[in-house]
Amino acid sequence: MSTGWLIGSAVIAVIVAPLIGGLLRGIDRKLTAHMQGRIGPPIMQPFYDVIKLFGKERCVAGKAQLVFGYAYLTLIVTAVVFFALRQDLLVVLFILFLGCIFLAIGALSVKSPYSQLGGHRELLQFLAYEPILLLAVVPIALKLQSFRIATIFESGQPLLPHLWLSFIALLIVLAIVMRKSPFDISSSEHAHQELVRGLVTEYAGPYLALIEIAHWYEMVLLLSILGLFWVVGSLWWLSIIIALGSWFIILIVDNISARLTWSWMLRFTWVAGISLIGSNILFINLGWM
Amino acid sequence: MGILSTSRMKSPWLLHFDCGSCNGCDIEILAALTPLYDIERFGIVNMGNPKHADVLLVTGPANHRNYRVLRNLYQQMRDPKGVIVVGTCGCTGGVFHNCPNVLGGIDKVIPVDVYVPGCAARPEAIIDAVVLALGKLKAYGK
Ligand code: SF4
Repeated sequence: MSTGWLIGSAVIAVIVAPLIGGLLRGIDRKLTAHMQGRIGPPIMQPFYDVIKLFGKERCVAGKAQLVFGYAYLTLIVTAVVFFALRQDLLVVLFILFLGCIFLAIGALSVKSPYSQLGGHRELLQFLAYEPILLLAVVPIALKLQSFRIATIFESGQPLLPHLWLSFIALLIVLAIVMRKSPFDISSSEHAHQELVRGLVTEYAGPYLALIEIAHWYEMVLLLSILGLFWVVGSLWWLSIIIALGSWFIILIVDNISARLTWSWMLRFTWVAGISLIGSNILFINLGWM
Repeated sequence: MGILSTSRMKSPWLLHFDCGSCNGCDIEILAALTPLYDIERFGIVNMGNPKHADVLLVTGPANHRNYRVLRNLYQQMRDPKGVIVVGTCGCTGGVFHNCPNVLGGIDKVIPVDVYVPGCAARPEAIIDAVVLALGKLKAYGK
């Protein structure tokens, strides 16, 4: 694929990703409301919220927090750019992790007890999903002998039939990244007041809007990684269906489950995730998958 | 109407503070959040955080014990913001009028934009009050 084409797709990804993310959030709120027997807000509601936040008075608890907030957004956007340029999957993931760490440090840099607790819980969540997300790309590399996203596009055969165990492990990660029950430990996408949403307590107005937009990027990036599992051949459009299907499964789980404690989350994600991915790696080595 | 004021109209986030009411009006506020009234239809969300909220809903009379908390919450909210008093006792002191520990209505402590009388106020009246307060948010900066 030509360089010009790749750069074009990166520019498009940076512009379109938040629009898709916001739209998905709007549909999410509508669907969730319907599942609960309510009518729910209009689909465009997340955009109204963000625009309103941009129009509010500025206020920060400290300059450091502001820097960390901007670092979070910048790094997530960088990860999206690297993904669109079809670079190394490991590079994309490590940039993503770095961004998420900055979000937690931003919360921890303020003395407010809510913010401290939220930052701490975010780190615990990170501890739960980071190893799984990182391990889940190992079977891809085993299969294709490369971590590069471009190789996946060139490989000519879909990954899902061989890697469906790792795919299930990635669904758990998706639930945590989307901040959905049973894993909405540090903050929730809904207006739940889990510790007054400790993670973002001290972000207000325009800065809260930036955090929200970064979250949209993050969600779209993870859905795109899930889409990678069926991105080649004549059935490439299945990748979109797979990504949206996973997203819908997370919504249903969100509505039928209660929140876990953090120690439960850690035990569940590590045991389920590592055994799923471990058996996937084993089966690949045995030549069964 | 610009996109900013449209967004302000469509996304008022509430902060609910009980300033020592009998809890009658608080139950009515929470009733407005249930599927029967479903205020999220209008983008209204109940927030727990004054820094995120646009509209402050206060129930109960101002009293010597917690008027500082009330003022603090009001000051932490970012502009544009509106204040709604729900219930007669918040408007004037109501049944608690002339009690030794009671200052009177909420407007003795912070500026109030909309008063909702009634003991207790009905959920429909509370939703109407939020819509009225939106008028102030809309006019902000003009
Ligand atoms: S107005 Fe009446 S019902 Fe409402 S909080 Fe006051 S005393 Fe209770």
